[in-house]
Amino acid sequence: MKGLRERLKSFLGLEESENPSKFDFLGRKKQSRRGFLKDATTTAGIGASIMGVGASTLIGEEEKEKLSLSWENYFKSNYKYMSKRDRKKAVKRLERLAKLKRDENVSISDKDAIPGVLFGYAFNISKCEGYMDCIKACLEENNLDRKSNMQYIKVFEVENGTLSVENGDNHFFHETPTDEHFYMGTQCMHCENPPCVPVCPTEATWKENDGIVVVDYDWCIGCRYCEAACPYEARRFNWAEPEVSSDQLTTNQHYLGNRRKAKGVMEKCTFCIQRSREGENPACVEACPTGARVFGNLLDPNSEIRKIIETKKVFRLKEELGTEPKFWYYMD
Amino acid sequence: MDNNFKIFTSFIKDLLNYSLKGDKIYHLWMGLLTFLMIGGAYLYTKQLQSGLAITGMNDHVSWGLYISNFTFLVGLAAAAVMLVIPAYIFSDVDLYKVVLIGEGVAVGALLMCLAFVTVDIGGPQRFWHLIPGIGRLNFPQSLLAWDIIVLNGYLLLNLLIPFYILFNKYRGEAPNKKIYVPLVFLSIFWAVALHMVTAFLYAGLSARPFWNNALLGPRFLASAFAGGPAFILVMLGFTKRFSNFKVDESILDKIAVIVTIAAQINLVMLGSEVFKEFYNATHHSISAVYLFFGIGEKSALVPWIWTAISLNIIATLTLTIHKLRNNDFFRYSACVLLFAAIWIEKGMGLVVPGFIPSPLGSVVEYHPTLVEIGITIGIWAFGLFVITLLVRLGFAIEQNIIKYKEKASS
Repeated sequence: MKGLRERLKSFLGLEESENPSKFDFLGRKKQSRRGFLKDATTTAGIGASIMGVGASTLIGEEEKEKLSLSWENYFKSNYKYMSKRDRKKAVKRLERLAKLKRDENVSISDKDAIPGVLFGYAFNISKCEGYMDCIKACLEENNLDRKSNMQYIKVFEVENGTLSVENGDNHFFHETPTDEHFYMGTQCMHCENPPCVPVCPTEATWKENDGIVVVDYDWCIGCRYCEAACPYEARRFNWAEPEVSSDQLTTNQHYLGNRRKAKGVMEKCTFCIQRSREGENPACVEACPTGARVFGNLLDPNSEIRKIIETKKVFRLKEELGTEPKFWYYMD
Repeated sequence: MDNNFKIFTSFIKDLLNYSLKGDKIYHLWMGLLTFLMIGGAYLYTKQLQSGLAITGMNDHVSWGLYISNFTFLVGLAAAAVMLVIPAYIFSDVDLYKVVLIGEGVAVGALLMCLAFVTVDIGGPQRFWHLIPGIGRLNFPQSLLAWDIIVLNGYLLLNLLIPFYILFNKYRGEAPNKKIYVPLVFLSIFWAVALHMVTAFLYAGLSARPFWNNALLGPRFLASAFAGGPAFILVMLGFTKRFSNFKVDESILDKIAVIVTIAAQINLVMLGSEVFKEFYNATHHSISAVYLFFGIGEKSALVPWIWTAISLNIIATLTLTIHKLRNNDFFRYSACVLLFAAIWIEKGMGLVVPGFIPSPLGSVVEYHPTLVEIGITIGIWAFGLFVITLLVRLGFAIEQNIIKYKEKASS
């Protein structure tokens, strides 16, 4: 296997050297026409031919590093089955690639679930007033595609007289709140029995030990079977190349969380894994101006979320499906 | 051994030679298909560049024309080989001959299936993640993993059996029944499994009540058993009329009976489904309501399903009446209508409405884009190209037009 990999790499080396510059058998730099043109444009401002050679060599090196890192990145395995060491390597590679490709200084965490932690979420339907600050905070924190305005969270405006979210409307464009309605937010419910997980043909999605259902964005092949299997509309597919400008990028990232995603892969709410595993609240909880959102450790008997579940009348969506969502609704 | 290799190379050479020769109609047909294939391939490069956003799919209707065609073609592939079952039950030699044709159709249909899945996925360059060993195939949890296995296994079987029989025929030896009969039986079971597994792919999703239905698998079988042989019947009729190959009238009659019975059973099941959805409509019937009547202004699928049902009923009635079934014009027209009806039923009538409304109640409609339709046509052209090639070669070897000895003497 290793031999094959080495061979593939040397094959790539050959490919690389064609563009932008080529080395002959003595190791002297030989330029292809395209490479020459590219170098010529980069050095045009400098003018001095000596410096031009220097600059083009530098670009050649960076291009080469980028290509070889991309190549290794392509052949890495499923995060779920990577050793701790491989995970560290994969993270370093991604950080370096972010620097090389877009000049972004990101820090990507590979922090595991903390033992004794099981995350849960509670949503107060008497408090939510449909301001949608959560949606905006989520978009920014999780580096969601700005072009399609991707949203993990949906806020449904439901008419009084029913508790059924199916009767609600999540495309309303008027001032909130209104007297006749109440508001219900939905997002990934991080089910104890997530129907989206077993259907994945490549094991690219799974439930972590702290209950967070995650996707390995680099392992997903984009078949969208999980999207069909989810009863809560929690999953989002990247139908086109997602766009987030570098200056708007949240640089504190997690491998399974808010890092940049590519075209053709699935993504979803991770309870802001990059924040929650560091002991912070998810962005939606922090952004909510009414305090309708509560997040915490279900295994901690003194946590607020436990108190809500134990003392309030709570309910969950589609309990009849046996998915055991860890997302409760309650009212004051 | 050496001699076998020699025969094999001349076998391949003869097949290639024969495929390149043909009359004007053949060349025009293949040329047209090639043109459509190239068009489809070009559009696929467009899709690769811009992503699946170029299709009509979205986060609400996340499978569309591609997976609809995939589902339908799995049925075509399975049905072609299931023709062997009556051949066995009635110990009928005639129908065995059709099996080879069926296998040619199956290979074409399976290649189309694989192509449709490939164009549907977001990361085709990561397909190796599915290969056990270097990737991870989530077997036995994921029904999609099952489907990949049955699909590729079935393709292998349908390449192996005809190759074995035809190669022996070519070199003038009788194929060993002990070798191929067990394989044929395996492929019958495999055909049923293939279609059931594909049905379970949908039926296993509790999030989608429209699919989450025990009748789905049996209904898939019935409709496939009607649509698949209908396709073969039309093909054989076409061959009989426009080529020099001999096709027995008795074979055509028997296939027509099979198509008729399957179409009748399919209609009974459709009735059962419609009753369950509408007699006491619950929230879970909402997709069926959308499909048959539309919800408010949104009714994109209504014309489709009523077309399918009308065609289905007209075709089944025509085939049921002996006089009409035995009349060439009515027989073939009914088969074409039935084929179209089942294509709509499996696609616009099954895959798409499963997504509408969404699990949380949004009604987002699906309209395939021109690029999507172009790629779909391209894949169909590719499949028909393969089927034409294989079936033509099958006939030619079966009827001793391509033969090893003859070539050696000439």
